[in-house]
Amino acid sequence: MEYRSTGNKDTRSGFGAGLLELGRTNPNVVALCADLIGSLKMDDFVREFPDRFVQAGIAEANMVGLAAGLTIGGKIPFAGTFAAFATGRVYDQIRQSVAYSNKNVKICASHAGITLGEDGATHQIMEDLGLMKMLPNMVVINPCDYNQTRAATLAIAQHVGPVYLRFGRPAVPNFTPADQQFQIGQAITMRSGADVSIFATGHLVWKALQAADALAQQGIDAEVINIHTIKPLDSDAVLQSVAKTRCAVSAEEHMRHGGLGDSIAQLLALNAPAPLEYVAVDDRFGESGKPDELMAHFGLDTPDIVEAARRAIARK
Amino acid sequence: MADIERLESIAAQVRRDVLRMVNRAASGHPGGALGCADFFTALYFDVMRHNPQRFSIDGQGEDLFFLSSGHLSAVWYSVLARCGYFDTAELATFRAMGTRLQGHPTPAEGLPGIRIASGSLGQGLSVACGAAMAKRLNGDAALVFSLHGDGELQEGQIWEAAMFAAAKGVDNIVATVDYNGKQIDGPVGDVLSLGDLRAKWEAFGWLVLEANGNRMAELVQVLHDARGHVGHGKPVVLLMRTEMGQGVDFMMGTHKWHGKAPSDEELERALAQIPVTLGDY
Repeated sequence: MEYRSTGNKDTRSGFGAGLLELGRTNPNVVALCADLIGSLKMDDFVREFPDRFVQAGIAEANMVGLAAGLTIGGKIPFAGTFAAFATGRVYDQIRQSVAYSNKNVKICASHAGITLGEDGATHQIMEDLGLMKMLPNMVVINPCDYNQTRAATLAIAQHVGPVYLRFGRPAVPNFTPADQQFQIGQAITMRSGADVSIFATGHLVWKALQAADALAQQGIDAEVINIHTIKPLDSDAVLQSVAKTRCAVSAEEHMRHGGLGDSIAQLLALNAPAPLEYVAVDDRFGESGKPDELMAHFGLDTPDIVEAARRAIARK
Repeated sequence: MADIERLESIAAQVRRDVLRMVNRAASGHPGGALGCADFFTALYFDVMRHNPQRFSIDGQGEDLFFLSSGHLSAVWYSVLARCGYFDTAELATFRAMGTRLQGHPTPAEGLPGIRIASGSLGQGLSVACGAAMAKRLNGDAALVFSLHGDGELQEGQIWEAAMFAAAKGVDNIVATVDYNGKQIDGPVGDVLSLGDLRAKWEAFGWLVLEANGNRMAELVQVLHDARGHVGHGKPVVLLMRTEMGQGVDFMMGTHKWHGKAPSDEELERALAQIPVTLGDY
């Protein structure tokens, strides 16, 4: 199918919409927040279900522990804050009380990556996917637009076990179907091609589709695959695509070390070695700026994907 | 009214279990475990309403217990086995390869009685508060108990949870502090003083109870009193004075047995001071 944007929307609003629907359909769903209700778009849930909402204050470690405890008694807690505070700040709490204990906690992380923008490097976490994917039992999801974030929010309530759901701040193109069923761990081929496989996640999926259009004008037939689930990685989808194209590009709003690219590199190295080029942040902290400016400055934009694809093809 | 002599006799056997388990594993934390043997016995054999034969993680309708200071695992395992959560023979596997009795407690191996992992300190009060809130949402009138080391109170997350529980009126929880004044590097007052602990908890909005945790009658009484204090808008904390190494003369009055296993000869000398009551595992 051809993907067209129906307008710009923020992925965090997709989370808020999904959470509200869950509130109405699943009485065991509870929500927690650490003083960021508006930023996480949890306002509607809080208004409609005040008894199932926990305001933890600026105390993220406690919030994670509360969430783990709430599962004991059958609740399904969705704990939301900025990605920087939902991962690095509370890594040990997530590791012991959630992942090792295999609790049914959904860690909902907004404002992930460089597109957080003006607040700068303290808040622009680009290590979160790596941190979370290293934890046994943890499912790691990074949807690409509003519709997919809403669908993913609904889907993770059905999965029993810890989940890290990552989404962002800025309004970005909304281009996936509103009625999609979200299958955890099942990559989506957005565009078929024969010359290069572009594996993209989050905000980079739309840019990868644009890059494929640009590549087509240069006579290059690119395949674009949306890896919305970083873990478990859809190994079959990756290997089947690369078997056809014999080279790959990974594209993510994350550090080069430890992100989606490394997962794909490991998979290819072990099973079917092929050239891989990374579109990711190269081992440096972020800085203040507008989201679009920052994406270009840090090499995460459409032209960067085009160049990476050409390099990958040249290495075949 | 509780049969104090019976509880004391169970606690004696628990102390023997702890010493034999730690000796056999040649590792573990006997000091604090011996100090809290009376507390665990009182809680599981008299105070808590629970179902050892039908363990479920959710524990609907049951009182729940969370051990925040997970290194006291040996005493918890002994009491869980002695009251029927699993066979006492399994105590012999403590800390060995393939055991469900991991060095620090975890639900990962499916050991009945354990609902969450602990070991990295400071997390259990938050978890206990979460479980207490789940009980409320479920209309479940049972209580949540927890145990914390005094050294553990140096962790900031404890005070996040303390502030939260009082502010949100989580009043179906009874937290206990194992107030033995000792931690790995020495006396708590030397390592990082807790100051006026009673005043701190009161300032955070908790109802504070105190008792000697090595006098069974006093301990049982205060835990039953604690039940009467729940449901009145304030969380309850018991500052429980204990002696690290209680019951074994050469392990008392020092922090040196916090994380050290007795040798075979030391075990023999220790066991000679504690009578067999229920029979060794």
